[in-house]
Amino acid sequence: MAGRGRGRGRGQLSFNMEAVGIGKGENLPPSTLQPTPPFPPMEHKPVPLQTSEEAEYMLALKQELRGAMKSLPFYIRPAAPKKDVERYSDKYQSTEPTDNTIEWDPDWKRLPKELRIRVRKPLKEKVSAVPRSSKQTGVDKEEIIRKLETLEKKEEEVSSDEEGRERKKQDEEEQEGEEEYDEEEFEEETDYIMSYFDNGEEFGGDSDDNMDEAIY
Amino acid sequence: MTQQEVRLCGLLLQEHFGEVVEKVAVHLLRTGAQTLRGIAQETSTPLDLVKKSLCVLAQHGMCEFRRGRRGPAGAVEYLATSERILRILRYPRYIYTAKTLYGDTGELIVEEVLQRGHMTMSGSVKTVADRLTHNMEEGRSMDYSEVVTAFSKLVETHFIQRCPPVADVGAAPPAAGPGAQAAPAAPPSPADSHPERYTLPHVKLTGRGKRRHPSEESEGEQRGAKRAKMDTSESSGDTGIYWQVNFDRFHQHFRDQAIVSAVASKLDQTSSEIVRTMLRMSEVTTTPTAACTQPLSANEIFRALPPSYSITRPVLEQYLSLLVDDPMEFVGKSGESGGGMYVVNLHKALATLSRATLESVVQERFGSRSARIFRLLLRKRHLEQKQVEDFAMIPAKEAKDMLYTLLSENLVQLQEIPKTPDHAPSRTFYLYTVNPLPTARLLLQHCYKAVGNLMERRQYETKENKRLLEKSQRIEAILASLQASGAEPSQLTEVEEMITAPERQQLQALRHHVNKLDSSENQVDETIFLLESYINSTQTSR
Repeated sequence: MAGRGRGRGRGQLSFNMEAVGIGKGENLPPSTLQPTPPFPPMEHKPVPLQTSEEAEYMLALKQELRGAMKSLPFYIRPAAPKKDVERYSDKYQSTEPTDNTIEWDPDWKRLPKELRIRVRKPLKEKVSAVPRSSKQTGVDKEEIIRKLETLEKKEEEVSSDEEGRERKKQDEEEQEGEEEYDEEEFEEETDYIMSYFDNGEEFGGDSDDNMDEAIY
Repeated sequence: MTQQEVRLCGLLLQEHFGEVVEKVAVHLLRTGAQTLRGIAQETSTPLDLVKKSLCVLAQHGMCEFRRGRRGPAGAVEYLATSERILRILRYPRYIYTAKTLYGDTGELIVEEVLQRGHMTMSGSVKTVADRLTHNMEEGRSMDYSEVVTAFSKLVETHFIQRCPPVADVGAAPPAAGPGAQAAPAAPPSPADSHPERYTLPHVKLTGRGKRRHPSEESEGEQRGAKRAKMDTSESSGDTGIYWQVNFDRFHQHFRDQAIVSAVASKLDQTSSEIVRTMLRMSEVTTTPTAACTQPLSANEIFRALPPSYSITRPVLEQYLSLLVDDPMEFVGKSGESGGGMYVVNLHKALATLSRATLESVVQERFGSRSARIFRLLLRKRHLEQKQVEDFAMIPAKEAKDMLYTLLSENLVQLQEIPKTPDHAPSRTFYLYTVNPLPTARLLLQHCYKAVGNLMERRQYETKENKRLLEKSQRIEAILASLQASGAEPSQLTEVEEMITAPERQQLQALRHHVNKLDSSENQVDETIFLLESYINSTQTSR
């Protein structure tokens, strides 16, 4: 018997088999050459679950919580897959991840600055909270220039996109007032994001002493 | 951080915060501290999504952040905390406990704070009042001040605490007015201040100061505002002061309850009431990690006993000496003054309880005779195989079998003691032993795995029956709308019959399974709690 022979051979090397309680005449159990099954048969049936009012209530709480968490803004859905063509109207329908302040409003004071996706509001707070007006105006000037530049670029883009815009206009007419306002808002925002990121290095540079900027 | 823990964390996050957060957090758990860019790159997730996920995690206290290793100007690094993530599993229990202690209002407050990670007092009071009002009948509403009372009770008993300030430098109380002279470098520096975390007296003071604001406001202008979005209420004066659930305090409560119920089932109701009184008296004076409570004299205990139990002084003394003599050693005697000084041995109690858990696990998995061997080894510490067979009074062959099964499951350890330096097997003692601590750790991992398996199974069950579930939901919606529009009963039954009988059966079976799996998760968590507290207690007492 191969198993037995091997068992014996090893037994003689490391320990004698009587010490483990296997007599001379006894057969060793056959050696297993395959992994244990993923679902081995259960020798003992599990005890039933506790059933009490408490358990029932906790169960209800658990299921309710699970449902509730899904509807909270903290439940983040993966980005929608990219569509075939980039449409002009996409810009106006973007409910997706660009801006997380739509969904809930975290206190940016408690979070690292680099996590901010929209920066305008918190910055205003900071202007009043942190007394470093001189630097701030410098930044502002830069920002204005940059903004003008980007606006210029945008204008060019728009002129090339004229056709799309025209089509869009028709749709817009019904909800003009609102849409226009949104548009303005949005453009300002995107500008801001762009300028924020462009700015990263300079920002880091001039505020080393403040230790509040991440360097990109 | 073990594989099982990471898996369970991932599953929990996925269920409660979605796949993106899961991906980010699991990556953080696997790799340790990471920078924002690093996470985005290695998980190949859009930067904005990573940012959002980190915000979610930070909001719920599940990730920490700090300046990188490369000095204060380095990039911010993020770190996920697995213990905190695993707490999600226990949320139902926290909510339930709050309900038993402080009624529906307490339940809703804790639920809201848990769902949102942390929130301001005014925010939670408003939401809870709104929710309560919503559930009430028409014309009645919940007064803010009642919710405020419940909230302050929760804070006074330390079940809710203030979030630690984010930065040491900017920790000067973030006053509501923007003109406050915060320290020059006040922006959110990601240093997490640990030492200040549980300074509760501080919390109480400022908590009370702030507490008046929402109550005044509620009494003044919006008594029982019903779902009215009053933006004026944003200025409740407690912006920047956030509250979170104090898990340690809840755990202390769970532990005390476990001790009391253990005494009740071992001895009797009266002695458990005595222990409960002792624990309640020392609740405030004892630190959460103390090995035993502050000594209490028999006189003090007598005075603090609720009169409804009508325990006389001599009876109390008899009970106390009984408790001291009990082999569980839950109660110890630390002195003779004042009619005898008594303490509750918290750590010993945890050790005893987790030992009982281990024993019952062995009993349920391997039968009562294996459990006998296990208990024998626990009591006698080290035994040779022959001794095990003799003491356990089990035939040698069977005893051997059981012992080896336990050994192969790592519930029993084997210790070699050679008589000669050459480790010759014939001149070596083979001693079997049980180490409660490593065994408890092992069992804890099994529990994590079990919960993970339960969750996966539940997800599988729901996925398999997704179509059916969606259909039933749709039909329920149709029914509801029909009922609202006042349809005829025949129409209703017609719609109801769109779900066939076999489908209905299948749905019922599914609901049954899901319920069972869910409550198993809850109940495994009780074991997890016990084992975790035992393991933590051995770490602090050393």
